[in-house]
Amino acid sequence: MIYAAGIDVGSTQTKGVIINEQFEIVGRALIDTGANVTRAAERSFAEALLAAGLKREDTAYVIGTGYGRYKVTFGDAQITEISCHAKGAFFLFPRTRTVIDMGGQDAKGIKVGTEGDVKDFVMNDKCAAGTGRFLANAAEALGLPLDEIGTISLAAKNPVRLTTVCTVFVESDIMSYLAQGKKIEDILGGVHSAIAARTVSLVRRVGIEEEVTFTGGVSRNIGMVRALEDKLGMRLNVSPESHFVGALGAGLFALERAAKALGSRRQATGMGAGTTA
Amino acid sequence: MAKTAGAVKTSYQGQIHLLQKEMMGRYFESVTRAAEQGEGKAVYMLISGNPVELILAFDLIPVYPEIDALQLAVKKAALPYIQKAEEIGYSMDNCAYVKADIGLFMGDRKTPFATIPLPTLILCNYVGCNVYLQWFEHLAEYSQGALYNLDIPFMRDPSGRSRPEDVAYVVRQLEEVIEICEKITGKKLDYAKLKRIVALSGETGELWSKIKALTKNVPSPFDAYFDSVTMMAPLYCLRGTEEGLRFFQIALKEMEEKVQMGTGPLPEERFRFVIEGPPPWPYLRTFRDLFAKWGAVAVASTYSTVGGLWEFGFRHDPNRPLESIAEHMLEWNLTNRNFLQRYDQIRRYVEEWSADALVIHSVKSCRLFSAGQGDMREYFAKELGVPTLLIESDIEDPRYFSEAQMKNRIDAFFESLEHKKIMREAATVGAST
Repeated sequence: MIYAAGIDVGSTQTKGVIINEQFEIVGRALIDTGANVTRAAERSFAEALLAAGLKREDTAYVIGTGYGRYKVTFGDAQITEISCHAKGAFFLFPRTRTVIDMGGQDAKGIKVGTEGDVKDFVMNDKCAAGTGRFLANAAEALGLPLDEIGTISLAAKNPVRLTTVCTVFVESDIMSYLAQGKKIEDILGGVHSAIAARTVSLVRRVGIEEEVTFTGGVSRNIGMVRALEDKLGMRLNVSPESHFVGALGAGLFALERAAKALGSRRQATGMGAGTTA
Repeated sequence: MAKTAGAVKTSYQGQIHLLQKEMMGRYFESVTRAAEQGEGKAVYMLISGNPVELILAFDLIPVYPEIDALQLAVKKAALPYIQKAEEIGYSMDNCAYVKADIGLFMGDRKTPFATIPLPTLILCNYVGCNVYLQWFEHLAEYSQGALYNLDIPFMRDPSGRSRPEDVAYVVRQLEEVIEICEKITGKKLDYAKLKRIVALSGETGELWSKIKALTKNVPSPFDAYFDSVTMMAPLYCLRGTEEGLRFFQIALKEMEEKVQMGTGPLPEERFRFVIEGPPPWPYLRTFRDLFAKWGAVAVASTYSTVGGLWEFGFRHDPNRPLESIAEHMLEWNLTNRNFLQRYDQIRRYVEEWSADALVIHSVKSCRLFSAGQGDMREYFAKELGVPTLLIESDIEDPRYFSEAQMKNRIDAFFESLEHKKIMREAATVGAST
């Protein structure tokens, strides 16, 4: 059995995935990236291996992706998370033509070809407006856990109109709404709606074509899923693995390369298909 | 898929880089002598469509505040000057070329490459950029130099051609500039000398145009962005001189030899791209390496036509010296051309220089350059189907360059081009077997 690994070192979290040659995820790990990026990459790999009940040497190929991809020092190659998200999303939902990926510090729109290849992409400019960090700051300003704000936002009846999508100023904006006596769900409704609007206008630049698959850490936020669906007027594909799509894509690339390397090795030693050992 | 090659050394090895260094060194020495020993009189001008021929005819020294600013950026010395300008009230959003230059004026104008002389004349050859007007007005205030604003009508005609009345209007202004220069220097214009200078510019334009056509070769003998900037300094500071002409004769020979030998700036040319927009001067090498890693070579650049566009046939004409200077200012430089002309220029580059892709480097400082680049991206990506990457940083301010973000975008773009290339190659192999 061939195994391959994808390690997605994001700005906030590091995701590790081990897949087998049947394209099944056999191990995964999710850890905070923190200050030591190389260690985070190694830990995620070790934990994913542990979950899969495998040893390091069982994996034929490892690909690093995400901002810290060059810190995956044990990896065989690096591929950007843009290519990996397209690959992973296409694998999970083969009719995917557009990917919306929202992570800790960036938001992207990716136009996907019929083979899961990247046809075009756009990313947020150098500003964390409209990303996971914005939501984290909003949650912090309200004293709520990050994983609850999405659900709370769904109860909004009169969502506020946020005047800023600046990740730094959102806290003072929220304070001022609280001072005006606005309800928490309405504030959060406004927060989600503002980010969704910004993201949709970003993704429209590559052209939105169905089906649209939502990936990245923020895709676990049900409030953001609904807000994006509302703005787009269409349903989004969201997989239970959505947080791991980048790592999964990297793992799939790794598997392809492992198979190719094995194939050429077999050929070189006269053990290719059609020959008997 | 992604080819993760190690860092490729990208410094261009050739005679012209050394020659350029030497010639520009001499130019900056003359600039410094003007500042420190009062040898000669300085005329400030802008790069875009500059009428340097007229200035040289009076033996005045052309000084370009944009070149001063970019030299500061290249030498990683710009930020303190930018901050000085911000301290006296220039906004974060103002053009950082302006701020670095204004910062120089807040001190003794001594830089690592030259001491910048005070201007005898500030000749604002306003072309395409309204910030230039304010910039030179500010310089006039700080330096007490005389200011003359040339009003160059924008290329508004759908044909993209200058109208005879536009040329006449600019020529009339150039005549006023001549009167001013006569007053400054105390001598009459030597018309025969002007004609000789214009003839030298004409020949220089011819050579430069031939050099630029060489990048149509595969592999391209040089990088039409990163190596063109080496040739742009002599084009602006030394155009219209024998020395400048010699530089371009040597450059053409050197590049023709490279074509003969089939060598390019990188060990392997894997991708050919056209690039729009000015470079990030504070991180030029870093930026270059991000492309070199992918074997990507710029085969044409719009930035190299900011000062003048010669590759589509324009030449200065010694028989019509003032008229051809006017036409250069009006029609034959990138920034005074309308957007449809800019589209057309890039489209021709993509087609005639056989490029795989377009890269747009959008700079925060220059709104006039960058405005509309979003539409440009749409036009090339969606209407013409040219893979197009839009990236952002700045020409001068090091605070706007984020290497991790830049790298991510460039890597992802070339990963997708690599995929297309592999598919195309596989299809070709499939068809031929």
